Amino acid sequence: MDNSAFQLAKQAILVPSDLQESDIHRVMDQLLNGSVDNGDIYFQSSHYESWVLEDGIIKEGSHNIEQGAGVRALSGEKTGFAYSDKIDLPVLLSAVKNVQAIARQGQTAKTSLPGRTPYPALYAPINPLSSLSDQEKVDFLRKIDAETRKLDPRIEQVIISLVGVQDHILIANQGSSLVGDVRPLVRMNVSVIVEEKGQREQGSMGGGARSDYHYFLEQDRALGFAREAVRQALVNLEAIPAPAGSMPIVLGSGWPGILLHEAIGHGLEGDFNRKGTSAFSGRVGERVASSLCTVVDDGTLQDRRGSLSIDDEGTPTQCTTLIENGILKGYMQDKLNARLMGVQPTGNGRRESYAHTPMPRMTNTYMLPGESDPEEILQSVKNGLYAKNFGGGQVDITSGKFVFSASEAYLIENGKITHPVKGATLIGNGPDVLTRVSMVGNDLALDSGVGTCGKEGQSVPVGVGQPTLKIDALTVGGTNV
Amino acid sequence: MQTQQEITRLQTTIHELLLEAKNQGASAADAGLSIDNGLSVNVRLGDVETIEHHCSQGLGITVYFGQKKGSANSTDLSEKSIKETVTAACSIARYASDDPYAGLPDPDRLASEFKDLELYHPWDLSPNDAINLALSCEDTARQYHPDISNSEGASVDTYQGIRVFGNSLGFLHGYASTRHSISCSVLGERDGNMERDYWYSVARNHKNLESPELVGKKAAERTVLRLGARSLTTRKAPVLYSAEVASGLISSFLGAISGGSLYRKSSFLLDSLGTKVFPDFINIYEQPHLLGALGSACYDAEGVTTKANKIVTDGILDSYLLSSYSARKLDMQSTGHAGGVHNLCISAGEQDFQQLLKQMDTGLLVTELMGQGVNPVTGDYSRGASGFWVEQGEIQYPVQEITIAGNLKDMFQHILAVGNDIDYRGNIRTGSILIEEMAIAGE
Repeated sequence: MDNSAFQLAKQAILVPSDLQESDIHRVMDQLLNGSVDNGDIYFQSSHYESWVLEDGIIKEGSHNIEQGAGVRALSGEKTGFAYSDKIDLPVLLSAVKNVQAIARQGQTAKTSLPGRTPYPALYAPINPLSSLSDQEKVDFLRKIDAETRKLDPRIEQVIISLVGVQDHILIANQGSSLVGDVRPLVRMNVSVIVEEKGQREQGSMGGGARSDYHYFLEQDRALGFAREAVRQALVNLEAIPAPAGSMPIVLGSGWPGILLHEAIGHGLEGDFNRKGTSAFSGRVGERVASSLCTVVDDGTLQDRRGSLSIDDEGTPTQCTTLIENGILKGYMQDKLNARLMGVQPTGNGRRESYAHTPMPRMTNTYMLPGESDPEEILQSVKNGLYAKNFGGGQVDITSGKFVFSASEAYLIENGKITHPVKGATLIGNGPDVLTRVSMVGNDLALDSGVGTCGKEGQSVPVGVGQPTLKIDALTVGGTNV
Repeated sequence: MQTQQEITRLQTTIHELLLEAKNQGASAADAGLSIDNGLSVNVRLGDVETIEHHCSQGLGITVYFGQKKGSANSTDLSEKSIKETVTAACSIARYASDDPYAGLPDPDRLASEFKDLELYHPWDLSPNDAINLALSCEDTARQYHPDISNSEGASVDTYQGIRVFGNSLGFLHGYASTRHSISCSVLGERDGNMERDYWYSVARNHKNLESPELVGKKAAERTVLRLGARSLTTRKAPVLYSAEVASGLISSFLGAISGGSLYRKSSFLLDSLGTKVFPDFINIYEQPHLLGALGSACYDAEGVTTKANKIVTDGILDSYLLSSYSARKLDMQSTGHAGGVHNLCISAGEQDFQQLLKQMDTGLLVTELMGQGVNPVTGDYSRGASGFWVEQGEIQYPVQEITIAGNLKDMFQHILAVGNDIDYRGNIRTGSILIEEMAIAGE
């Protein structure tokens, strides 16, 4: 247990609301009194700020304060949920009344209070918002803007955003003491528009971590994003129409791991598998990928955007092997789905905020490195596509069909990268795409800390990663038929 | 009336917010408050799965110190929080740069007439009533066909909310609105392959919702029709966007003519005012004051009056979509589009959906799109699609795992027809749209 994070979270949430830990136990007793199987209360107090530089000036900034509590009662497969933006005793007790309507008859559960189980803190309980003064933040943005504009005369527009979040949470669970966490998160983005001979293109790059703003000052990161954004935009100025049809694809390392997130990850979330609605349902122990593929979901990486010391149900996160040497090993679980499937929770119970119910979600999902030299992978392709970077993706977990859109891609001709091509969408089928992986690089890279995943209207920060991969055939959605 | 009292109470809070901003030195400010209450019930496989009670509130304030701007939001409406939120906004404004284009709208553009748009129709619905409606919806879907094998459930949602907005130019108004919906999603299975589809109905007045049984039937029908889907070989062909996905094409158009994209030069329709963007027969207009419609509003997000606008006449672009800020950047006047459009309509042709299929003869009917795949700067378009292959005007078989690609500028110029099968469930009201030719990539 990271005691300092817990104490800070208590300080931030309970003190302003004038609540004692004993009040929360009283509400929990009320919640679990009688006929629900389980229940929890999630308290949150969150500060978020953003600064935007555009046209060379600090155009806007905003500061958001969000706080509230969500009360959940579980009975069998049923969930009762209520939340409020107010944190006080009468409001909590009234939420308890509302959610108990879900309970079935004749069951009883009692609270008991064992000690807190220890778990390591994966990030410091800091406040990113105060890690630089406001003057330092705007000076920093101006400096990056000026240096970005010097990178190339074709740059027309530069937009830089800087976002910081400090999230305090407390979770009251059946059968354990109150647990808490302080979660810092920072994110920066540079996007540019370049123009040459009347033709315009965009490029964008960013990064972030569970850290503070100093993260962007270190290792020349901020200007690194700017250089990358400009490079991508200039490459796209030269791009020719993308081919259409099925062909071998080489995926770059790092952010292209979004392939794993969309094609495989969502289909391995416990809720879909309990309900039998995923194309991967009931397939544990079966081959779903070539033997070169081992894929994990790891919430325990230090300071990463997708990491959590504990998930939003208070379960410590872990590294869960999803696919090992091509064989499906298991699913990602929250408490409800783990209980109903008779397995252990995996620390994947996440929620956007107190106003949303938790469900199984990914943390940092990536493929372990293989043995091939990335150069050798490219050389093995006669005619195909090298997809170096991507925008977003989407999956239909039932049919298994997924898409993702390339933001930087090149033709491969006779083992060599030739022309850049315009953003093409790749489409495939989750359960068989990894069976076509014929080479895995030795260059595992995680993304720069930009991922946000949406599911049933809830957004959470995630990470992805992979080494360079070769997929023998995938459909490329270009215009050049 | 309780709602009116609540609006009055919130208007008082807006006064306090604006006064606090003035006291802290702001030269101008605007503020908004919202309160939402809702009930959301989901049933699955004949039993209740979730009952959620929603109750949320929020305040937002934007302050100006001369030409410097700062904003802050909070979910806490207490007196103490009001002070803190205003302080947060002011502290940001002090560090923002002078922006000659920043500021409140021109006073003569602010709405001064507030017609009752009939947006508030509360639904007295107990959790039990909601459960019964959802059960009957899901049950109809599950009974529809033997191939319906599983369910993601049916939901009934009801929301009511109050919005109040004011600024230091004296604008102050509040209104209540409601929104209710029924939705259903079921799975089918054939030859070991599963498919899923859904349907929903949404309205301001619950009496205008489709019946739970009809929603369930449409969800199941759509799922069963998808079973047995295959890919297509790579080809070029005409593409018919069904009404529920055609609105996405129109929203890409709206993004390209919105002030923010234009002054950033990040639009594929720069300098297109007065030029031909669509074929002659396309007219696009806005009806912001339709009674009881989902997108209706008397004023936009900054209080500027909304008007029945013509956006496209005989294929020619008449108007951009501008807020006060983007208008000043472009040396134009606000068109009342801060925050987007209000009931945007595409003039419908004479043909119904079946006639459009006949006109297409052989081609692809798209009923679902996946992924982003639209470059707003260049108009390059490539998205995952599923739907049906059509020959001689008849649906032949379902297709999936294909992409459709083109460039939006060309695609708009090559619209052959817009159907009269208008989808009224959103802010963009369009029928199905037939496009002459696109690239289809598949196996």
